[in-house]
Parts: sequence; C-alpha cells; structure tokens
Amino acid sequence: MPNKIETRNLNFYYGPHQALFDNNLSVEKNTIMAVIGPSGCGKSTHLRIYNRIFELYRGQRVTGEVLIDGRNILDDSVDVLDLRRKVGMIFQKPTPFPMSVFDNVAYPLKLHFKLSKSETADRVEAALRGASIWDEVKNKLRSSGLALSGGQQQRLCIARAIAAEPEILLMDEPTSAIDPVATLKIEELMVELKRNFTIVIVTHNMQQAARISDNTAFFYKGTIIETGRTEEMFTHPHNPKTEEYITGRFG
Amino acid sequence: MLKLDSTFRWLCFGAAAFAGLLLLGFFLQLALSSSAAWREFGLGFLVSTEWDPVSNVYGALPSVVGTLLTTAIALVLALPLAFSAALYLVDAKPWIGAVLGHAIDLLAAIPSVIYGMWGLFVLAPLMQTRIQPFLAETLRLNKIPFFGDDYNGFGILTAGLILAVMILPYICAIMRDVFRMTPPMLRESAFGVGCTKWETAKDIVLRYGLRGILGGVFIGLGRALGETMAVLFVIGNLMEMPDSLFSGATTIASTLANNFAEADGLQRSALFALGLILLFMSFGIQVLAQSYLHATSAGRGEK
Repeated sequence: MPNKIETRNLNFYYGPHQALFDNNLSVEKNTIMAVIGPSGCGKSTHLRIYNRIFELYRGQRVTGEVLIDGRNILDDSVDVLDLRRKVGMIFQKPTPFPMSVFDNVAYPLKLHFKLSKSETADRVEAALRGASIWDEVKNKLRSSGLALSGGQQQRLCIARAIAAEPEILLMDEPTSAIDPVATLKIEELMVELKRNFTIVIVTHNMQQAARISDNTAFFYKGTIIETGRTEEMFTHPHNPKTEEYITGRFG
Repeated sequence: MLKLDSTFRWLCFGAAAFAGLLLLGFFLQLALSSSAAWREFGLGFLVSTEWDPVSNVYGALPSVVGTLLTTAIALVLALPLAFSAALYLVDAKPWIGAVLGHAIDLLAAIPSVIYGMWGLFVLAPLMQTRIQPFLAETLRLNKIPFFGDDYNGFGILTAGLILAVMILPYICAIMRDVFRMTPPMLRESAFGVGCTKWETAKDIVLRYGLRGILGGVFIGLGRALGETMAVLFVIGNLMEMPDSLFSGATTIASTLANNFAEADGLQRSALFALGLILLFMSFGIQVLAQSYLHATSAGRGEK
C-alpha cells in the first residue's frame, strides 16, 4: 500500500527547546496509525505538524519534511487553509462551535464549498451518519451543539471534520475526556472511518491502540523508538524501552 | 459576644440598605421635583419639541433625540474599532500588546473636560474644514437626508465622535478579556477546519464571548448616555430638533448642565423631568441587558 504520509527528519522546537528529534514515520493509506508513549514525549507535538496548527503560536518552528501524497506540506507554497480542509483534527476534549448541531457541521462546508441549501443539508446528514450520530441528533439539529453529551459532542466534532471531505484525520487522545461506553462507540467509528480516511491517533490507552490500530509508533523523549505492525509491536517488541512501556513498567 | 455579632450584622445591613435607599431617593426626588412639569404638559412632554423659556413651554424630544443619536453614533464607531483592536492586542507580540493595551486603557483616565477642550479646539475645527466637507461632498453623503451641508464643526456627529473615543477603552478592555478566555482548543478547532483569522474571530470567538462582549457594550452605552462635560463643549447646545448629523443639538445631560443655574419655577421642574427620563433610559438599558443575558444563558444549555 502506498504511504499517505511520510515524515523526513522532522525536528521541532519550542523556542530554544527542541521537542522532536529526527522523526521519520510512514503512514499507509486507509490505515490507523497509533502514536503511543509517555506524557510529554512529543506525540501531540508531532501530530500538530501535519496540519500546521502549531504555526498559530509564536516561537514554534519545525525543520524537515512532511510529505502528504508525495508533496511537502511544510513548503511555503502550500495553501494552509486547503491543507487543513484535507487534514481534519479531533482534540482531547470535544470542541463544538457555539452554534446549532446543524451549523456545526455546515460551517466547514460553507468555508470551502459553494453549495445550495439542499446540497448542504444532504452533506450535513451524510457527515452526521458517517459519524454514527445522526439517529441521536436528527430531531434536534437546531438546538445548540453544546447541549449534547460529551460523547455525542465528540462524534459531532468528527462529523464536522469529515464533512469537509478530508483525506486524513488526526486524533489527539479523542476519548480521554469521554466515558467508556461512548469511547467504545468512537473506536468502532474509527475502524469504519479508515475505509475512507487515513487516521493518525495519539493515545495513552494501550488497549485502545491494540484494538483499533494497524500500525503503532512508540515515542520517547521526542524520538521515535520503534514503529511496526501493532500486533507485532505488542507481542514482540524489538526495543526493551518499548517493552517496558507497553507492559506498564513506566509511563 | 453574641450582642456584638448582631450589631455587626445590623451595620452591614445598614450599608446594603443605604445603597437601595439612595436609589429610591433619587427616583422620589426627581419625580417630586418634576411633578409640576408633568402636571402642566402631561405625557406630551415626551414628544413636544418646544423649549421656550419666554413663553414657559417645554418639551423633551430634542434632548432625548440628541442623546440617542450621539450615543448611537458613539457605539457604531467604537464597536468595530474596539473589536479589531482587542483582536490584535491578544495576538500581538507581548511587548507591543502591553504598550498599546495600556495606551488604550489610559484613554479612560483622561478627564472628560479634557476631551471637551480637545473637541472644542482641535476636533471641531477639523470637522468644519476637513471632515464634514469630505463626508458631504467627496463621499456625496449630502444626497442622504441625514447629512447636511452646513459645516460648523459642532453638533451631533462631533459629539458622537468624542463619545466614541471615550467609551472605546471600556469596550476594548472587556473584549480583550473575553478573547483571552476563549479556550485555545476551540480556537484551534476553528483553524483546524480551515478558518482564517478573521473567520475564527467573527464566527467562533465572537459568538463564544457574546455575553461578555454585550456586557462591555452596555457599559459603554451607559457611559455615553450620561456623559455631560465633553458633549457640552461640542454639541452646539441648540434646543431644537436636529435636521442632520451636522446640525447643532443638545443632549439631556448637557441641557441639564447648561440650564440649571438660572432656571426656576416650571423650567426647573422641566429639567428635573428630563433628569427622570435619563434615569429611566439608563435603567431600562440595564434591565434589558440583564434580561437578555439571562435569556441567552438559559437558552445555551450547559456551559
């Protein structure tokens, strides 16, 4: 399978402090890549390079390359707004916009496409169905997105992300603020979503990584210690550090 | 010991009650002192445009209209300025943000009489020779009834401009706080779906902080309604209905300040009646603001 994402010698700096060291990682198309490692090891930092969201902050800078479909998206000539349409992001906590359920999903559509009312409504419904939340919200599309439960809010955010027809979904601990039942729903959803999208998920939950991901990358102190097939990594890790971490001896 | 506690309790109650009594006292005093005018002119006082001390006939409409127009202009000018300034300040390099932020805050420290003098000696001549001709002729706004073509520098527009500068720091400070309180993750999600900075600001941050921003707007509104000194210098103090934004006019506050010294009898009572109207206007805005905020907080469900 071709690589959807490939990073080459990524180094990342918060001001004078270097947070990532020569990260080289490949993510195959239509797979789920789990990024694991102890807190503060640079997982989120790594993820936040893919849609260049780090650029919002002063003093954060990156060297190296991130190739998406072979094109370096860190290049100045890349249209960042279009990049962020193609690379959707889900955060640790649900972040519905302060507007109705419908508008939450319609909003990115309005930003990027010129659609008629009925087309918009169709695409909103499709996105909500895609995020397995349609049946729960179809009767309250006009009420505030903030009034939903935490798990519903997170699926609403997934619907919002997939509405813009991205190719890649970045998920930064998407279930860390959500109860176990809702977490299972979101995990099932992710496995379904990989048919259409390439997913990179940061998670602290080893079982989660084992359950849903095809490949896993283990980060430690800003360096990628080991990558490989998830089954392989969890049963026969090559690096002793990896083994220590996934068996719960530190982290 | 117990005795002391109850004394203390009564003292505190007294302090709290004092504020309430004072408010009640204001209303009663104004109502009482204006009763002669209300008896003489009835509710017609509110819509009468006459103000003639010689024949002793008085009406409130010119002052009320002047007050509302200057306040409206101040808000229309100050709001976008405060909004964009606040947006810039929260994102600016720390030292630039600090310098400019303090500069804007310090606008609130300038005594209103200084604003008045500045208006009289700097702004009004500038309005007369540059801005009013520019608006009327170059932009051809004199085709619209609201803009006149007599350029005397004084009047509603000039007063509104000064008021705009005066309320700017209040609105800007509150907007800045509101923007700072927006969760970073929410802003990032907006950028994450491909918003520009402007789209993030107007669609997400503004909505998120709407309640706080409205609070700031109402503080500015209250201040503009009651501002006396600065307006007095530049409004022109004409007790007539204004026929354009350039024409001289008056506001309730400046009418009161101008006329109390030599007024007696029915005129004095009419001035008290104006005071009562102003108090009701400010009060009404407060109540509207409170009930609106209450309604929106109930409607937004959790959060």
